[in-house]
Amino acid sequence: MESITPTHYLVLSLILFSIGFFGVLLRRNLLLVLMSLELMLNGINLALVNFSRTALNLDGSIFVFFIMTVAAAEVAVGLALLVALYKKRKSVFTDDMNLIAN
Amino acid sequence: MVCSKHPVSAAMFMIISLVGVAALFVLLEAFFLAVLQILVYAGAVMVLFLFIIMLLDVGPDAGKASKMKLVSGLAAAFSISLLIVIFLIIVQDSGWLPEGASWRAVPESSKLTQGGNFVFSTAVKNFGYGLMTKYMLPLQISGFLLLAAMVGVIVLSKKDEKEVG
Repeated sequence: MESITPTHYLVLSLILFSIGFFGVLLRRNLLLVLMSLELMLNGINLALVNFSRTALNLDGSIFVFFIMTVAAAEVAVGLALLVALYKKRKSVFTDDMNLIAN
Repeated sequence: MVCSKHPVSAAMFMIISLVGVAALFVLLEAFFLAVLQILVYAGAVMVLFLFIIMLLDVGPDAGKASKMKLVSGLAAAFSISLLIVIFLIIVQDSGWLPEGASWRAVPESSKLTQGGNFVFSTAVKNFGYGLMTKYMLPLQISGFLLLAAMVGVIVLSKKDEKEVG
């Protein structure tokens, strides 16, 4: 029976990252863009933990800890900016954020 | 998740995938990180997201479909498959993963460091040791970052009294 190898984890983390990247590029709702950003960070976290476990070196896991901290701060600020933007433009769609184009 | 029309269902799928990643952390024997993942992501971050979705009352973004959808979808699929292939080739050639890539057992001993590296362990003690020695400055900076984010959010969401009054 074939067992799960680190490569499988790596492929899964890459797929997670790609789905998040896809979401950031294609979605027009800024909330969903932020959520996709989180998914990208999760893919990176999974790859880091995988490498950390494979090399039996804790540095990667500590990096994941810091990435989680930064991601939480980023989400808080991003959502506050989104609410401020919504108050001003009455929209959360990227199509409506075209002030600089006019 | 990126395909669902409604933000609330997207958030629910997001929670499922975050819990799934936490389960994978458990399988990789990173128990502390799995607990953190559940607490921070599935607990705090997604509650914040759902709260903002309810607050802004955004509906499904149907009827605003992008004209470039098919072309950009094909381009995205192509570039992603290319990225996966290139990445796998790089990883296979670099020797980052041992040949045959079997799992070595996590050391049971309570050794904190070995050859200057922190030893991977299921215990939280090793995390604390790493954070308090080599990663002291990043820890302080991340604490300051959280403080800055908190102050920034308060300033951003405060009512502008000049405009109101």
